[in-house]
Amino acid sequence: MLRKGIALAALGLAFLAGPALSATHPKEPRDVSWGFEGPFGKFDQAQLQRGYKVYREVCSACHSMDLVYFRTLAEKGGPFYDPKYPNPNDNPYVKALAADVQVNDIDSETGDVIQRPATTADRFPAPFPNEAAARASNGGAYPPDLSVITKARSGGPAYIYSLLTGYVNPPAGLTVPAGAYYNPYFPGDLTAYWSGDAHHVPPGGTLAMPPQLAPDKVTFDDGTKSTIDQQAKDVTAFLTWAAEPKMIERKQFGFGAMIYLLLFSVLLWFSYRRIWRNVAH
Amino acid sequence: MSGHSTYEPKTGFERWMDMRLPVIRLAYDSVVAFPTPKNLNYWWTFGGILALMLGVQIVTGIVLVMHYVPHVDHAFASVERIMRDVNYGWLIRYMHANGASMFFVAVYIHILRNLYYGSYKAPREVLWIIGCLIYLVMMATAFMGYVLPWGQMSFHGAVVITNLLGALPIVGESITTWLWGGFAVDNPTLNRFFSLHYLLPFVLAGLVGLHIWALHVPGNNNPLGVNVKSSEDTVPFHPYYTVKDGFAISIFLILFASFVFYNPNILGHADNYIPANPLVTPAHIVPEWYFLPFYAILRAIPDKLGGVLAMFGAIGVLFVLPWLDTSKVRSMRYRPTARLYFLIFVLACIVLGLCGAKLPDDPVIPGVGGGFQLLDANINSYVWLSRVATAYYFAYFLLVLPILGLTEKPLPVPESISAPVLSHPATTPAGAVASPEKRG
Amino acid sequence: MADTVVGENPDPHASGASSSEGDPNRRDFIHIAAGAAAVGAVAALAWPMIDQMNPSGDTLALASIEFDLSKVAEGQQVVVKWRGKPLFIRNRTPQQIAAAIKDDGAPMPDPQPDEARHKPGKPEWLVLVGTCTHLGCVPTFGGGDYGGWFCPCHGSHYDVSGRIRKGPAPKNLEVPTWDFVSDTKIKIG
Repeated sequence: MLRKGIALAALGLAFLAGPALSATHPKEPRDVSWGFEGPFGKFDQAQLQRGYKVYREVCSACHSMDLVYFRTLAEKGGPFYDPKYPNPNDNPYVKALAADVQVNDIDSETGDVIQRPATTADRFPAPFPNEAAARASNGGAYPPDLSVITKARSGGPAYIYSLLTGYVNPPAGLTVPAGAYYNPYFPGDLTAYWSGDAHHVPPGGTLAMPPQLAPDKVTFDDGTKSTIDQQAKDVTAFLTWAAEPKMIERKQFGFGAMIYLLLFSVLLWFSYRRIWRNVAH
Repeated sequence: MSGHSTYEPKTGFERWMDMRLPVIRLAYDSVVAFPTPKNLNYWWTFGGILALMLGVQIVTGIVLVMHYVPHVDHAFASVERIMRDVNYGWLIRYMHANGASMFFVAVYIHILRNLYYGSYKAPREVLWIIGCLIYLVMMATAFMGYVLPWGQMSFHGAVVITNLLGALPIVGESITTWLWGGFAVDNPTLNRFFSLHYLLPFVLAGLVGLHIWALHVPGNNNPLGVNVKSSEDTVPFHPYYTVKDGFAISIFLILFASFVFYNPNILGHADNYIPANPLVTPAHIVPEWYFLPFYAILRAIPDKLGGVLAMFGAIGVLFVLPWLDTSKVRSMRYRPTARLYFLIFVLACIVLGLCGAKLPDDPVIPGVGGGFQLLDANINSYVWLSRVATAYYFAYFLLVLPILGLTEKPLPVPESISAPVLSHPATTPAGAVASPEKRG
Repeated sequence: MADTVVGENPDPHASGASSSEGDPNRRDFIHIAAGAAAVGAVAALAWPMIDQMNPSGDTLALASIEFDLSKVAEGQQVVVKWRGKPLFIRNRTPQQIAAAIKDDGAPMPDPQPDEARHKPGKPEWLVLVGTCTHLGCVPTFGGGDYGGWFCPCHGSHYDVSGRIRKGPAPKNLEVPTWDFVSDTKIKIG
């Protein structure tokens, strides 16, 4: 009886479980199969490299990535990991990449603020010194830090990819305010801006970021065709890696742990049966 | 059943120790020789699982504190530093965060087990009350722990819950200011939550000690609900239940591991990866899943103070349960009518949990246009569903159990634990194991 | 696998019934295996708890630093922070080098030739950990009787090679692992 009840409850759960809805809701993110998904997922290092390039050349103009250091790029599993340099601080390619970027520092003799080439120990520099400056340069909107963006948005990588590739012209009847851009994947409620049928408000919302990707905007060093779709996929993979550089290590550790736990359970099961063999219970 | 100790020190060291501080004797009496009913089923393994989870949370927590910075400007980044730079930091952090959820999974199953088998009934009332205190302290600890990463949900969840105290008449506002250490949730709040979050688990450990002590006076309950009559009915805790608990723990760990390694963020909320911003409220503030039923009860009552009282009342009613249930029969195995009501109670709790995750005005059955307005909301809304479920929750404790105990006709209860096993298998009560060969 | 229920029920409490197959305390292989697996699981979990106290990624990132020698004029010293401690990078004059070599055979608490304390062919560059080997104070530049460094805390005198000559310090100033990565750049650590 109890067992039946639990099955019923589980069914009820399946029925009612679902995201909370606001008056309108954005389009469901496009379903893409990512190489890093699943218990045996892996990042494609070439894709991560392309993604870094997209971030560096397109996104970093407005978006900081405060929690990522240059040395992270050279860590195991990262875009520029080289097994010859297990210590990420020694990786010459990443040292060169870092040196291409200027960071703030204090002159140790005069105390003035100066700019110097970054080293592997430095974080990715922020494009603006603080939030107020960022808002002032972006019409009052604050470009969010991208360090953990794929974990900070429901939908994760699928959402980021859909957002970047999802810009469309607003449908007739939708008034988009100046400085805003319509995107059906961005959460929002457009009822107030819609002059059409009240039961068919367009999905999505408006955001202050215009479409950023364009064909061939970033030249990929490995010759991959630089379509918007490719750029979006690559930068999404890079951002997913940056949000959790240890993801693959976690899954690999998990595989070992699960095998061990399964074996452990089997051993304990037999031990248990042996102990209880002669006790009527 | 607490009785005469059967410990006999074997080695010289044991004799020496036994004369000075009989801890080995205590350990032997409590977890080795302790006579435990031999018919306990797997629902009884959750006590051991809970003890393990408390240990896991304390160990991972102490280790996390070596790296965490309890300051509003550094908390979020320090957690990310743990995830990225601290050796195995990602493992320790995910174990701690998901361990809290697993802790609550186990405690809810443990509580439901007690409700079903009547483990709260005499002479185990104090044991039950200590358990309720443990549950309260667990909730306080979990709430404060969730604030520490200082994400959007951490911050705004803290704002919502601490603002509840403002509902108390006269003293509400001063208590809230006192709790905040300021005019809003800010750095002083974070620091004191950190201090208390470190303290309370050790209070928990002490309560658990009392809990086990209170258990060992009458001894464990069992699925039949009948008292232990003789040593025929029991087996020593070790190795019978140490190994059985060990097996249950390893299965539980598989579930725990599947979250930690393959879906560590699914029980959380994406908004908590956004650093806290007092000026921006998330579209949808929700607590962690284990608080959702109480959140639903809180929002079910339209009055702020009423909601707070109902929410705390939902926990408070548990404390007096031993005196609400009038049944002379302990285990619901022999109370078929009560079992039905219990099942609905479990469903009501699940429904409350689901309601807690939804917006109160959202329709339960979407797309259905009509539905009439009842008082302050449409009948087809989650707030009304919450009200129905809340009503049942309280009715179960305050009406069903008191009345049912007096009016129901229970099934005949076996004479003793050994009796159903020794009698003909056909007459064994449903669920009792007739022949070990048939078991899984 | 189990016995039937009526009658054949050896009392699990009976001690000394070691002839019974049902004695659960017998050291069966399966129990040993399960126990060993439990110990293994605890050990596998204990290691991350211990390793997390080892230096983390950001600490290790600053474990080695690079320095541009063109910043140090002849006869001068620059102090940089390395691994949380002060590092002396000194550009010695020819006279100082000669004086250091001359004292190679002099009696001192921790004898060491000057040659062993610099890179071959570049005797002017001294890289030393700026912590007095007595109790850890930072010696001052140029002071003391030997023109090297002087520790004001308890009066240790170091010569221009960084060797302890007088005072309570037991060892010479430590030479860390360092090397040239180019003519003007060195890497320490």
